[in-house]
Amino acid sequence: MTDTALHPSAFQAHDHGHEAHHHDADHKPGFFARWFMSTNHKDIGTLYLIFAIVAGIIGGSISGLMRAELAHPGIQYLGTWASMLHGGPQSLDQSLHLWNVLITAHGLIMVFFMVMPAMVGGFGNWFVPIMIGAPDMAFPRMNNVSFWLLIPAFTLLLASPFFGGAGNGWTLYAPLSTYGEPGPSTDMAILSLHLAGASSILGAINFITTIFNMRAPGMTLHKMPLFVWSMLVTAFLLLLALPVLAAAITMLLTDRNFGTTFFDPAGGGDPVLYQHLFWFFGHPEVYIMILPGFGIVSQIIATFSRKPVFGYLGMAYAMVAIGVVGFVVWAHHMFTTGLSVNTKMYFTAATMVIAVPTGIKIFSWIATMWGGSMRFPTPMVWAIGFIFMFTVGGVTGVVLANGGIDDYMQDTYYVVAHFHYVLSLGAVFSLFAGFYYWFPKMSGRMYNELLGQLHFWVFFIGVNVMFFPMHFLGLQGMPRRYPDYPDAYAHWNTVATVGYMIMAAGMAIFFVNLFWSLVAGKKAADNPWGEGATTLEWTISSPPPYHQFETLPRID
Amino acid sequence: MTAPRIDRRGRTAMLAVIGICFMTGLAWASVPLYRLFCQVTGLNGTTQRGLAAPGATDRQVRVDFDANVSPKLPWKFSPETPSDTVAIGARDMAFFSATNTSNRPITGTATFNVTPAQAGKYFTKIQCFCFTQQTLQPGEKVRMPVVFYVDPKMLADPDAADVETITLSYTFYPVDSGKTAS
Repeated sequence: MTDTALHPSAFQAHDHGHEAHHHDADHKPGFFARWFMSTNHKDIGTLYLIFAIVAGIIGGSISGLMRAELAHPGIQYLGTWASMLHGGPQSLDQSLHLWNVLITAHGLIMVFFMVMPAMVGGFGNWFVPIMIGAPDMAFPRMNNVSFWLLIPAFTLLLASPFFGGAGNGWTLYAPLSTYGEPGPSTDMAILSLHLAGASSILGAINFITTIFNMRAPGMTLHKMPLFVWSMLVTAFLLLLALPVLAAAITMLLTDRNFGTTFFDPAGGGDPVLYQHLFWFFGHPEVYIMILPGFGIVSQIIATFSRKPVFGYLGMAYAMVAIGVVGFVVWAHHMFTTGLSVNTKMYFTAATMVIAVPTGIKIFSWIATMWGGSMRFPTPMVWAIGFIFMFTVGGVTGVVLANGGIDDYMQDTYYVVAHFHYVLSLGAVFSLFAGFYYWFPKMSGRMYNELLGQLHFWVFFIGVNVMFFPMHFLGLQGMPRRYPDYPDAYAHWNTVATVGYMIMAAGMAIFFVNLFWSLVAGKKAADNPWGEGATTLEWTISSPPPYHQFETLPRID
Repeated sequence: MTAPRIDRRGRTAMLAVIGICFMTGLAWASVPLYRLFCQVTGLNGTTQRGLAAPGATDRQVRVDFDANVSPKLPWKFSPETPSDTVAIGARDMAFFSATNTSNRPITGTATFNVTPAQAGKYFTKIQCFCFTQQTLQPGEKVRMPVVFYVDPKMLADPDAADVETITLSYTFYPVDSGKTAS
């Protein structure tokens, strides 16, 4: 692997301290040292991306199982799957428990092992150092620890179904997660979150330190690309939110195993406290998943409009505002837990305030495109698709922000539609946008434009056919988290399952494109996007040398 | 890398670690703070304690009594009357009875709350069996009083003034070693 086909066209020679010999900046260690003991931010970023793709395949397949079961009323496949998993025929309860295990696994995998590793670990590691003109992250070895913590975390989660399965939902609400579900599998899921959380906290320290201390001369905070700004805000959210999750799930563990009663009324605890702690983490968490996407989309829109982004400072501080306000709206996830009217009014109003900075971002993207000299290659269509999808999800978010409406809507498919529009369509669209945008830089080869466009359109149609009917189902009152439903909901559920199949076909195109491009893609120029791509990653070779910026760039 | 740069990075990282420790501490501190907050504000239907009733007003309110037992506790537990209609501000006494149906002495403790939650901060207990642990011998049946009043301040609260029925709910749990009542 030291001598791959992905050889950069240029390298920078340098004099390494007092060692008398010259060696090139592209010298790579052997395979094991390079990929298993990696301290190189680009290699670690690549590892994260591969990890996220694998996790995405697993998490996406689980949603396929769920859509298959939901295609028609009645329980069709769960019994078969449960007996395959545990060996021998299973009771109906066991089959239904498998459903809970599936929704839990899908949520946890997509949040902690797909979106976060791809956004923060993948693109963040790859491009934050390059965009600020730094040779690497501040703590390269800690960066490696961050990645390798994810492997045991994911293993624990994937192994848990074989020990009964954790069926608490991704929120792990007490009392179901305390005395409602004995057996090791919930403990495994909790420990998995501990490890994934530790990984992200270490990553957050690394990003903050890197961005504050390692910017190239002249790269002031107010000149940083918006993607770096988004990663800075995300790192702060991780730093402040994840310790709260860690504490809350530690309390779950001690409640489960050591006889404490943090969430047990019998001992003076309160299960609602768990919800407060969880959502104090959980709401910033959803911004952790979407903010890097905002950054990616800002870079792409500016690049393909051949204009600097409209309202740069407004865009940067809108993200800061979203991050700050994101910490004081958590109870809008708990409107039906018996909050007083005044509390509901506050959380409704505070939640709607978030629509203001978000609106600033949407309008600034549109204003960036306005009058621009626009092109529509694959990354750009994904970015525009992101804006459209995210706006739809944002509108339903404003609906759900109303405490009164939420009494009716809570735990229906309307909520499922809402958060899939902002995450499955918002975050994932921005991930694909970023992947196509930076694929030539990362691999040194161009992706196939036709397949990229085809991927977009098939995927776009698929996810909309899948998720839009969920609004109807939710308004009709279909509750989430059930494997069965009355016949009245059959029509739109069948449509949604057809949507899943279209989406899956789109993903097949993506993987064909990925492998075809890695093997036979055209060699990419240093800056394949031409005028408009102004950030530092386009000034170095594609792929970048193993160590970039031996001489620090100077930004005027 | 020169030494001062490393120091700057170390300092930033140290500040970040302090931030993490602070948030971790805050999360753990939230446990007692949340309990205190509920007691002060009556959040989640947490009831209040008082010494004497302020005197009856002419508004009546119905108080429903609800009794539950943890599946782990072999007791029977029920209110002697399902509900009382009392004047707001007047002192009232209700009886609950509990029977130990097992053949061993068991100590239990009751948790309580009221719904609707906004009435919690006006529901004031003067005396309650839930303030202490109860030990029942095998087969023993006890009558347990609760003395309470509904604070007339409720009539001045726009969120709670229209409440006509308050449900007082108790749940008895066994007392384990190591678990304490609130």
